[in-house]
This record gives sequence, structure tokens and C-alpha cells, in this order.
Amino acid sequence: MDVEILSRIQFAVTIAFHYIYPPLSIGLGVLLVLMEGIYLRTKNKMYERMTKFWVKVFALTFAMGVATGIVMEFEFGTNWATYSRYVGDVFGSALAAEGIFAFFLESGFLAILVFGWNKVSPKIHFLSTIMVSLGSMLSAVWIVVANSWQQTPAGFHIVGEGIHARAEITDFWAMIFNPSSVERLMHVLSGAWLAGAFLVISVSAFYLLKNKHIEFAKASFKIALVLAMFASLFQLFTGHASAVGISKTQPAKLAAFEAHYDSSAAGDLYLFGWVNDSKQQVSFGVKIPGMLSYLIYGDTKKPVTGLNSFKPQDRPPVNIVFQTYHLMVAIGITLIGLSLLGVFLWWKKKILSYRWLLWVFVFSVLGPQIANQVGWISAEVGRQPWIVYDLLRTSEGLSKVVEANQVVFSLIMFTIVYLLLFALFLFLLNEKIQHGPEEPEKIPSEYEHQKAVFDK
Amino acid sequence: MEFTFDLNTIWFILIGVLLSGYAILDGFDLGVGTLHLLIKNDNDRRVTINSIGPVWDGNEVWLVTGGGALFAAFPQVYATVFSGFYTAIILLLFSLIFRAIAIEFRSKQPMKWWRQTWDVSFSVSSILIAFLMGVALGNIITGIPLDADKEFAGSFLSLIKPYTVLVGITTVALFMMHGSIYVVMKTEGELQNKIRSWVNNTIIFFVICYVTTTMYTLIYYPHMVQHFKDTPVLFLVAVLNMLAIANIPREIFHGREFRAFLSSCASIASLLALFAIGLFPNIVLSDPNPANSLTIYNASSSQKTLGIMLTIAILGIPFVLAYTISIYWIFRGKVKLDSMSY
Ligand code: HDD
Ligand code: HEM
Ligand code: HEM
Repeated sequence: MDVEILSRIQFAVTIAFHYIYPPLSIGLGVLLVLMEGIYLRTKNKMYERMTKFWVKVFALTFAMGVATGIVMEFEFGTNWATYSRYVGDVFGSALAAEGIFAFFLESGFLAILVFGWNKVSPKIHFLSTIMVSLGSMLSAVWIVVANSWQQTPAGFHIVGEGIHARAEITDFWAMIFNPSSVERLMHVLSGAWLAGAFLVISVSAFYLLKNKHIEFAKASFKIALVLAMFASLFQLFTGHASAVGISKTQPAKLAAFEAHYDSSAAGDLYLFGWVNDSKQQVSFGVKIPGMLSYLIYGDTKKPVTGLNSFKPQDRPPVNIVFQTYHLMVAIGITLIGLSLLGVFLWWKKKILSYRWLLWVFVFSVLGPQIANQVGWISAEVGRQPWIVYDLLRTSEGLSKVVEANQVVFSLIMFTIVYLLLFALFLFLLNEKIQHGPEEPEKIPSEYEHQKAVFDK
Repeated sequence: MEFTFDLNTIWFILIGVLLSGYAILDGFDLGVGTLHLLIKNDNDRRVTINSIGPVWDGNEVWLVTGGGALFAAFPQVYATVFSGFYTAIILLLFSLIFRAIAIEFRSKQPMKWWRQTWDVSFSVSSILIAFLMGVALGNIITGIPLDADKEFAGSFLSLIKPYTVLVGITTVALFMMHGSIYVVMKTEGELQNKIRSWVNNTIIFFVICYVTTTMYTLIYYPHMVQHFKDTPVLFLVAVLNMLAIANIPREIFHGREFRAFLSSCASIASLLALFAIGLFPNIVLSDPNPANSLTIYNASSSQKTLGIMLTIAILGIPFVLAYTISIYWIFRGKVKLDSMSY
């Protein structure tokens, strides 16, 4: 295998692994604000226990997010040096801004959120919770802006030629508000809220099924369900807006989403199918004719640009984009259905009698996680063969001095280390969940008596 | 080279400030890590880890932001150094991962083997991080082979020379000293006495490394002192540096840990200032072929970007300082363990 494919696989593995955790932090952050807010209002101790329990889960996902995020920060330089030279002038400032505005905010207030319970007043503590939540969303802002710029570049000009060509900023605000950043940011954020909401829903449903921590579980469930309902509907709305945007900015990607080849024909919407790229058709597919044209132009007859309008070397791989995109949408629709059903039965006060549904909720935590991952895959693979859309090819963005054996080594290491970390993460998360909210005062330890002595 | 106070120079200084902030703050975290295995009992280990508990993550953000600022202000340096030092950077990244995870995971399970594993991982990764950063710094001083396209033209093994290894060891020694003073400041009772008795050894170890490195540099890399010859006032920084170092044992002797710690911070800052002055206006020296060096002019982003970034920095820095100071204020005093501790 050559350096290009190895580096692509490595980037995909490391970012996909990183992206398991930040959405959880962002989503849980919002829920923590709600929980602690209710506690301050009602002074009900149960909400304090609830907040503390989820803070511990939050701290765990946060640590994983930090550990894997640092890799991302440097990986542009290690594996994509030419790309870094090309985009540094534009893109670097977004990364730097992320550090200054988001990470400092987050990590500073996180210390108070986790360790500051007895050090500051409840109001200041609540303020810290809000700041951490805000900080985690701000980091999404900058990084999604940077990514959106490479999808739909704006506010720049090219200086230099050949291998010395690079993008220079001409208009900062046009760069920030490039054609896709707002829709994509909204979509990413609400995907993150879903990830947090369904984690809480899943754990609460599990307690309800096991008849443990009933009051706690009901209250957590309710808060999370409200967020889930709101976010899942918002997800459909922002996703639709993204698709309409792509029809203008990245037509090849949209065509790949629906495996649409013929530019003179109206676009169909597939529910599912398998793309046969050499025959340029979809096998085993079920489609709604003209629906794609309708969603984009409000007219079932209007033609949609197809893949045939692009030279073969300018097309993304179709089937993987098609499959991941459809999986995301299917999960999105399912989550809307699930949260509406949940809210309805809650309102009817019947939810506890549907045990099968509670089991579905236990597993629902996987839904947003899978949708987040495949959503990114469809967006990023759909951008191929460009690393900066229409300007720089992925094959031209590589580090010139890095050799295949170096990347093989690092890729193998990342894979092993990340598998190990993932196993440990699940193990510790499971421990926390089994243990439940009523944490005893101390962390169990073989050295308990020493600690007791020390505490005096 | 004429000195002009332009945007490129400002960014050279600002990145220097970010990296010094990192070295001072994360320096003591790493130092605590290097000493960790020498502390024998579990409870003491928990105390030392919790002494950095609320702050280590924020300290690391200085590195992340420094990296981001380097990317934005000097993308050519970011690209050349990180792709050129590929294998070393990957090792550094793994060390950073393992350190973060070890702190988070260690006290989550009571089993002895579990804690021992994470203790080793915490300590070894801290030592490696300090060492690798030192080696990188050493290579910047000696210069690395660069070609006309600003690409690194050496190999991983060519980065490991006696001098760069020496700078690596000196960095470990520096952080050990810095960290041990910090722990003395944050602990009490028996543990504090034990570590206080180590401080002098770490100072001696550091001073030996420091003197050796300085002589080595003066003899073999005289380009690092050119600016000091041309502009004698700069020698004051060197004097300051020596005074700061000499002051540490004095304050320790009088039992004033906080002042000793400030002195140690000042020595780190002035050491890095000496290094930066020696380097200026180069960022990465090319050896052989000095003409291919990356300087603050040929490696920078456009003036427009540097200007935008300066605005971002001016808006952001007051907040960053406010958070950093309040966190250290809120968590001042001796470590106490409670149910939320690591
Ligand atoms: C700011 C930039 C940025 C951000 C936020 C993301 N990516 Fe990305 N991604 C890139 C910047 C990038 C890149 C550096 O531009 C890559 C490397 C090679 C390429 O073509 O694009 C890339 C490639 C890439 C690939 C390989 C595509 C291919 O080779 O065909 C996958 C599967 C992902 N990414 C997945 C993700 C996921 C799961 C993300 C969720 C957080 C994500 N990306 C966020
Ligand atoms: C390639 C792109 C990315 C890079 C370079 C990157 C970089 C980083 C870095 C360096 C950290 C650690 C910061 C620290 O030490 O505190 C981090 C953490 C984080 N990242 Fe990423 N990241 C990327 C993608 C994303 C995306 C797509 C999102 C969200 C949509 C995101 C959200 C976060 C959040 C919220 C954190 C804080 C840790 C946590 O809450 O889990 N990142 N990232
Ligand atoms: C409800 C139906 C949904 C529709 C119509 C939809 C639509 C889209 C579209 C068109 C894109 C591509 C954007 C681009 O490439 O610029 C996208 C990307 C993405 N989707 Fe969805 N989506 C849906 C549901 C979901 C759900 C439920 C999640 C996760 C919980 C999710 C997470 C993502 C993510 C993380 C990306 C990549 C980031 C981005 O490009 O915005 N989506 N989605």
C-alpha cells in the first residue's frame, strides 16, 4: 500500500475514534446544565446526586476526548504537510482560535465542575457547568468551520504556483461564514446533543428495567427525552438544509448520495439499495421517483446534476457514500420516531409497562453514535478526490518526506492502542453504570485505612 | 540582521510565550510524573497525582494552542517539523495519550496491579515527553538538513546525536526539579518531608546537566551566542537566568517553597528566552546549507493572517489569564482528597 492510502486510513481511524467522545461531552454538557439548574431551583438533593453521577461520566469521556484530540492537532503536520502549507494561512487561525477561545474555557471550568464542589459556592459551580458546556460547543464551532472551509472554500485567493501554491485569506468573515459552515455546524451540534441524550436515556432505561434507582432514573429519563425530541427534529431540518446546500456547492457529492448518474433526468430518492458503479445503476433498490428533485427544487420533474457530468477521476467512490448516507438518514428517522413515541407514552404515563420498548431504549445509545460516524464518512468520502474542494487533490496534500513504513508503524500502533483504550473505556463506563448514582463517600481502595488516617 | 518590530516578530515572541507558558505549567506536571515511581505508598501517590489533578489538562492546552498558533503563523515550520520528525512526534503523541489516560484511570480501580500499571505508564510517559521535547529543542539548536523546498532531508536516527540527547536529559532534569518543588508546596506532613529531602538532589542533577549543556553549546554551536556578542545588553538575560537558578536552593533552605517555585518558573522562562534570542530570526536552522533555513519571514503566513491572529490573541489572552489565575487561586493550598478526587 502506498503512503496516500495509509495516511487516509490513519486519518480516518484516528478522527473516527476521537469523534466517539466529543459528541458525548457536548451532549452531556447540555444535560448537566439542565440537571444542575433544576437542582438549584428545587433544592432537591436527588438532582445534586444526578449531576454528580453524570459529571463522573462526563469526566471520563472528556479525558478520552482530550487524549485523542491532541493526535488530531498534530496529524495535519505529520501526514498532510503539503496540505498544511496550502491551507495554513486560512485554516490555522481557526485551530488557534479554538485553543484560545474554547479549550482554555473548557479545561479551566472543568476543574471547578469536577473538583470544585466544596471550593466554590453553588452559583459559581453552576456558572462553571454552563461555561464547560459552552466551551465544548465552541470547540465544535471552530473545527467545523475549518472543515467546512475545505468543503466549500471562500474568502481566499491563491498565491504562488505549482508545488508552492497556497491559499491566502482575503476576507476573514467570508472564510468563517463559508457557504456550508452554518448548516453543518447546526447539524453537528444537534448530532452531539443526540449522542448525550441517548446515553442518558439508555442508562436510565436500564435502571428502570432492573428496578434500580427508580426515582433517579425516571427523572434523568425525562430530561434526556425532552432534549432528544427537540434534537432529533432539528437534525432532520438541518440535514435537509445541508443537502440543499450541497446541491449547489458540491453537486458530485449529492449525486453520489443518491447514486444519480444522468444529468438530464430528475433525481430519485432511494430508501435503500446497492450501487453497481460499473453499470451505473442501483440494484435491489426501492425508490421514490422524483423525490430528490422535489426536496431540492420543490419540483419532481427538474433534472439534478448527475455523476456523468464529472470526469471519472473527479468522482467520489459512490457505493460507500451512498450506504453511509442512507444509514444516517434511516437512523435519523428512527430516532425521531423513538423519541416521539417515548414522549407520547410518558405523557400517557404508560412507558414503564412496555418493557420491550425500554430494551429498545437501552440499545438506542448506539443510534446517534453510528449516525455521527457514518455521517462524517459520507461527508468526507463524498468530498474525494479533493482534500480542498476543487482546488487541491488528496494525493497532492501528503507529506513528501514520510515513507510508507513509517505510516504502517504508526497506523498499527494507533489501532492497537485505540482498541485497548476503547475496551478500558467501556469497562470503566460499565463499572460506573453498574455502581449507580449513590456513590459512597470514598473511592473503594485496598488502602482504605491509610486514607482514613490521612483524612484526619 | 536588522531587528524590526513587525508582525512576524510579534508572532515569534507570542509563540515563544505560549511555549514557555507550557513549559512552566506542564513542566511541573511532567516533573511530578518523573518522580512518581519513587514515591512508594498508594495514598501518597494519590496525593501527588491530585496535586496536579485540577490543572494538568488546562496546562496541556498551552501546548495545543501553541501548536495551533504555530500552524497559523508559521505553517511552513509546522509542516516541515512535524512531517520531518514523524516517528518522534508519533512517539510523543502516544506518550501524551498514555499520560492523560493514566491520570484518569489510575484510581478508578482498587486492584494493586491496575494501579501499578497506570503508575508506570504515568511516569514513563512523563519522562518520555520531557525527553523528546528536549531532543526536538536540541535539534533546532544544532540545525537539521533542509532542502530547497523546505522539506526535511534527514532521517529519524540523524536526530539523535550526543548533543540532542544531552538537551533531552537536561529537560528531564529541569522538570524533575520544578516538579519536586511544586509537590513540596502542595503537600504536608511526612510526604512533604520526604520530597523536600529530594529537592536538593534534583537541583544538583539539573545544575550538572545545565552547565554541561551550556559549555557544549558555547564550544560547538557558537552561532547561538552571536546576538549576545552583537548586543551586549542581552547578556542580562543570561545573568537573570543564573540568578534565578542560584536562588532556588537558597529559598528551599529557608523553607520558602512558593518563592523557590517562582524562581524555578523564572529559570525556565529565561532559559527559553536565551534559546529564542540565539535562534532569532530563524525558526528552524538548516545545517548544512544555512540558506534553506526557515525564518520568521520565509515561513510565515500572510500579513493579513498575522494581523487577524493578533486581534484574536488580544481578545483571547485576557480571558485565558483570568481563567488560569482563578483556577490556581481556587485550588491553592495543600491537597485534600475527597470523593471526586482521582
Ligand atoms: C478540520 C478538518 C476535519 C474534520 C473536523 C474532520 N475531518 Fe475527516 N478528513 C479531513 C479533515 C477533517 C482531511 C484532513 O481533510 C482528510 C484526510 C484525507 C482527506 O481527503 O481528508 C479527512 C479524511 C477523512 C476520511 C477518509 C476519507 C477518504 O479517504 O476517502 C474519513 C472516513 C473521515 N475523514 C472521517 C471523519 C470523521 C468521522 C470526522 C468526525 C469528527 C471527521 N472526518 C472530521
Ligand atoms: C480534525 C479535526 C479535529 C482536531 C484537530 C481536533 C483537535 C482537538 C484537540 C487538540 C483536543 C484536546 C484539547 C484539550 O487538550 O483540551 C480536542 C478535544 C475536543 N474536540 Fe476535537 N478535534 C477535531 C475534531 C473535532 C470535532 C469534529 C468536534 C466536534 C464536533 C470536536 C470537539 C472537541 C471537543 C468538544 C473537545 C474537548 C474534549 C471533549 O469534550 O471530549 N473535535 N480536539
Ligand atoms: C434525519 C435525517 C438526516 C438528514 C437528511 C441528514 C443529512 C445530512 C447531509 C446532507 C450531510 C452532508 C453534509 C455535507 O457533506 O456538507 C450530513 C452530514 C452529517 N450528518 Fe446527517 N442527516 C440526518 C441525520 C443525522 C443524524 C441522526 C446524525 C447523528 C446523530 C447525523 C450526523 C451527521 C454528521 C456528524 C455529519 C457530518 C458533518 C457534516 O457534514 O455536517 N445526521 N447529514
